[in-house]
Amino acid sequence: MIRLTTAPFDPGALLGEFCRERGETGAVTTFTGLARGEKGATTVLELEAYPGFTEGEIGRFAQAAKARFILDDVMIMHRVGQIAPGEAIVFVATAAAHRRAAFEACDYLMDYLKSRAPFWKKEHGPAGARWMEPRPQDHVDIARWDAPRPEDDGKAGGA
Amino acid sequence: MARVLLFGPLRDVAGWREREVASAASLADLRAILAAEDDRLGQALAAPGVQVALDQAIVRGDAMLTARSEVAFLSPMSGG
Repeated sequence: MIRLTTAPFDPGALLGEFCRERGETGAVTTFTGLARGEKGATTVLELEAYPGFTEGEIGRFAQAAKARFILDDVMIMHRVGQIAPGEAIVFVATAAAHRRAAFEACDYLMDYLKSRAPFWKKEHGPAGARWMEPRPQDHVDIARWDAPRPEDDGKAGGA
Repeated sequence: MARVLLFGPLRDVAGWREREVASAASLADLRAILAAEDDRLGQALAAPGVQVALDQAIVRGDAMLTARSEVAFLSPMSGG
């Protein structure tokens, strides 16, 4: 399930809903991202999406993640519009037979959402408003998943 | 005719978020019309990293438009 919402949501309720009726899932991992106040520098975070397009792009990525990590299910809830410090911006849940796949897929989905998902983010504060871009670290984080793994590379040697 | 949408910083450059543009037969036409009205916007739309979605699918290069086309100019995405 991929959903955008302008209203605040309760991550705990989403987790409860996500865990229901799972006979074969052994592991559920979740991530909840909250809006930071940056010590008063940010009073409102404004997040813009392209309705339809944004869900479609995230959905395609989530489907690919489901296949890559052999997941039972994925849930992504993302706030759009005006978000106050302390409110949840994003909730990601992954379900798999075993924990490693659930942990890794959740990490992977968040790296994607923070760097490549079709959102436009503006910070409002006492100093005015400014459009945000992904931090350099966000690009490094998503690039980790593209790098060949040592075991795929014959020249990598022991370690 | 096309419904034109701007996302991210582009909407601040233009001062609008959505409008109809008559008589644009292609994306190249549409760019030329918008640039003729607002040179700054024309340059911003041609800047590196700006993508175009036609009816919600990313397109590169030119494409023909119909009366019901929806064209979105997407500023570089910030992630969530």
